[in-house]
Amino acid sequence: MSTTKNNRRVVVTGMGWVTPLGHDVDSVWKRLLNSESGMGPTTRFDARTFPTSFSAEVRNYSISNFVKDASVHASAGLNSQFALGAACQAWRQSGLDGFAGLNRRRVGLYLGAGEGVIDFDNYAASNIAGWNAEERKIDGVRWAEHAHRAMDRMREVEQEPNMPLAHLAREFGIRGPALNCLTACAASTQAIGEAFSLIQRGDTDVMLSGGTHTMIHLLGVTGFNRLTALSTSKGDPTKASRPFDATRDGFVMGEGSGMIVMEALDHALARGATPLAEVAGYGSSADAFRITDIHPEGRGGAASMAMALAQAGIDPLARRADGRASIDYISAHGTGTKENDSIETRGVKRVFGANAKDIPMSSIKSMMGHLIAAAGAVEFMTCVLAIRDGMLPPTINYGTPDPDLDLDYVPNKARAAKVDICLSNSFGFGGQNDTLVVKRFSA
Amino acid sequence: MSRRRVVITGLGPVTAHGVGIDPLWSALCEGRSALAPIRAFDASGFTAACGGELPADFDVKDLVPKSYRKATKVMARDIEIAVGGALAAVRDAGLATRGTDPDNPPTIRADRVGCHIGAGLIAAELDELTSALTTSRDAAGKFDPGHWGQQGMQELTPLWLLKYLPNMLACHVTIIHDCQGPSNTITCNEASSGLSLAESQRVIERGAADACLSGGADSKMNPMAYLRQELAGRLANCAKDADATKAVRPFDASAAGTLIGEGGGILVVEAEETAKARGARVHAVLSGTGASQSWCEDTVGLVPDATGESLADAIHAALRDAGLAPSDIDAVIPFGSGVAALDALEKNALARVFGADLARKPLVTLAPSIGTTCAGFGAIAVAVACRALAEQKLPARLNTAKADGLDAAAAPCAPRALRHILIATPSLGGQNSAAVVSRAI
Repeated sequence: MSTTKNNRRVVVTGMGWVTPLGHDVDSVWKRLLNSESGMGPTTRFDARTFPTSFSAEVRNYSISNFVKDASVHASAGLNSQFALGAACQAWRQSGLDGFAGLNRRRVGLYLGAGEGVIDFDNYAASNIAGWNAEERKIDGVRWAEHAHRAMDRMREVEQEPNMPLAHLAREFGIRGPALNCLTACAASTQAIGEAFSLIQRGDTDVMLSGGTHTMIHLLGVTGFNRLTALSTSKGDPTKASRPFDATRDGFVMGEGSGMIVMEALDHALARGATPLAEVAGYGSSADAFRITDIHPEGRGGAASMAMALAQAGIDPLARRADGRASIDYISAHGTGTKENDSIETRGVKRVFGANAKDIPMSSIKSMMGHLIAAAGAVEFMTCVLAIRDGMLPPTINYGTPDPDLDLDYVPNKARAAKVDICLSNSFGFGGQNDTLVVKRFSA
Repeated sequence: MSRRRVVITGLGPVTAHGVGIDPLWSALCEGRSALAPIRAFDASGFTAACGGELPADFDVKDLVPKSYRKATKVMARDIEIAVGGALAAVRDAGLATRGTDPDNPPTIRADRVGCHIGAGLIAAELDELTSALTTSRDAAGKFDPGHWGQQGMQELTPLWLLKYLPNMLACHVTIIHDCQGPSNTITCNEASSGLSLAESQRVIERGAADACLSGGADSKMNPMAYLRQELAGRLANCAKDADATKAVRPFDASAAGTLIGEGGGILVVEAEETAKARGARVHAVLSGTGASQSWCEDTVGLVPDATGESLADAIHAALRDAGLAPSDIDAVIPFGSGVAALDALEKNALARVFGADLARKPLVTLAPSIGTTCAGFGAIAVAVACRALAEQKLPARLNTAKADGLDAAAAPCAPRALRHILIATPSLGGQNSAAVVSRAI
């Protein structure tokens, strides 16, 4: 393997998303800069009595506005539907749809896609039908009898977490390496990072990457409510997600997809594509601490940030020639849970030292909610847009400063800034941490 | 710049024959099958009532440090398999970790150890969930979400969700053995373990770790997970009183489905230079990996791509990565499920790669002995390949009477000169994985 391959530069040439704030890049970006919230009452199931009865849902969305032939995706679950819309936008922007010279064996997929939504009504009914109340266990034969009648083959297969891969491969004819990872809330950041490294290694020239997920369903909300990870704020749902605020009480579930086309720079330039930004570094680590708690010093998050910065050739403690801190913006994991926001703040201080207070860090989860596996991809995309437009999206609902959280969280209002280098963090439940560094492209 | 070579120094398969490579290898060599009636639930309402469960005496509590026993309460079976496999692999590799030797510094620094454990779609334990669901029923006996939201869900343990997230396999393993390097959870159905091993290879090559606990685990021994296998058309007709040990016949003209085995494996994958520096025994070299995506006419891949074209692409990519030609391969471990459409896909892919030589390439089939191990397959297959290379011996093959154009019919264990073994896997969903494992010299 040649050194040129290992040093291959990688750029972003297309982006798309389907989010609670809309289904195209520029209108959603505008709404983020306007401090708008996508939260409202949950409608995907009857959540009225749940501890958390609100969320950020994707509304008025249909894949027929995006795909060539919706019939080949007739069985797609919501996760694959969101992925298709986001990927079609990214593919179109990259110009690959009109590029006759594309070698589809040199195009890969790396997604951080979540599993599909369980067929809950038929599942619950089968479980109840199969329940042996005396022995307090399922009677396998009765269960199978009911389930065979009730459950649908396509609906079941669509729950496999690799199905978004299958739909995107079908839509774009992708034949290269295809992988899906599911590291909870870190998944799509990790997917983009590993996709980046596949191009660097020379295994592919182009990667379609990102994430997609919805957990706004009865068992998903049950699971997070039992973990007490969700906000249970009463009143206006648009005020519920309050990252870094002293009164924060948990995250708000969002759903959707973010997809990007990443490409070896030589490949992009040779076909006349416009690089939107350059992927400069990727870091990944494990907390290896506890099942439910993050390491109190933010050890894992600090390690992934340090690894990504090192790969990008950035000394986090140094200042640039023009006096600016080592980077211009951090897209925080910023879930709005007590623990995450404190420890993330601590981790950033640990990595950036005296620079930390001069680096704005905001959480768009305050507006879009937490897209779980897809969160990292949409947050990475906001970094690219921040570089493009010189604007930083805010953390909304910031009202009561937490004495321990003393960084610049871009409170409530978007801000103009000179933005050349950004870092995006994602930390998964279970301790997997991932960081990307993206910078302005210059030849 | 030459790239870092990656070797395999620890083997931790977990199968119906037990924990570790020794019980698996002896059973394979002796031609024993562990397929039997399913114990986990009464499966007589399914096409196949038999499968390959872990031995009845498997108990994860024996396989974790004492201080970690409480955490076994929040482990789905898939997690238990990964945790057991990791311990076996770490011991086999002669590594001291926080899990095996908490009082001494680890053999390899914690932040230099990564972890890549592939997983399937984990199904919730039905007894536990249903016991809670049945507390929320309306007058007609139907589930009542209103009651559930207010009260019923309280019946579930607060950590309920954490039993079933696929990344919890890696979560527990990284905590037990203190692996702080890059960690990922690849979920590509049957290709998951193979793709995880390939990711460990890349992570080590690029210097982000020196060693990784790598592989995958899967258990479908749960009515919901099992039903999905049935609906995917995978199961052979095999009643409880039928002879399950004869039911799976990979590549046979009469092949009519498979039986599911729970299992998986964790391997210690390591940079050759650090393995050498610590005097580790090297089982084999992970010399190349490849991956691809199939074109699926039905989009989801329930109808496998009969041409085998993309699986062949993955194999070619692995050979290129290893710097080898098809003629260098001395044996193949295919997925070999006995599901006719998958067998045909694999046969066509191998024919594309090996041409007329295919009839002389021995195929090692595992499914008749341990069942189809889903997301755990690739790691088990690579562990078997490592032992076969070390012993210069091919394990026995069962059941297949005649496999047209293939060296895959039943045969006893036999010595064989082996330099390079190919492992290849298609998956439901169309992702293909291939790896070449080479004799350590």
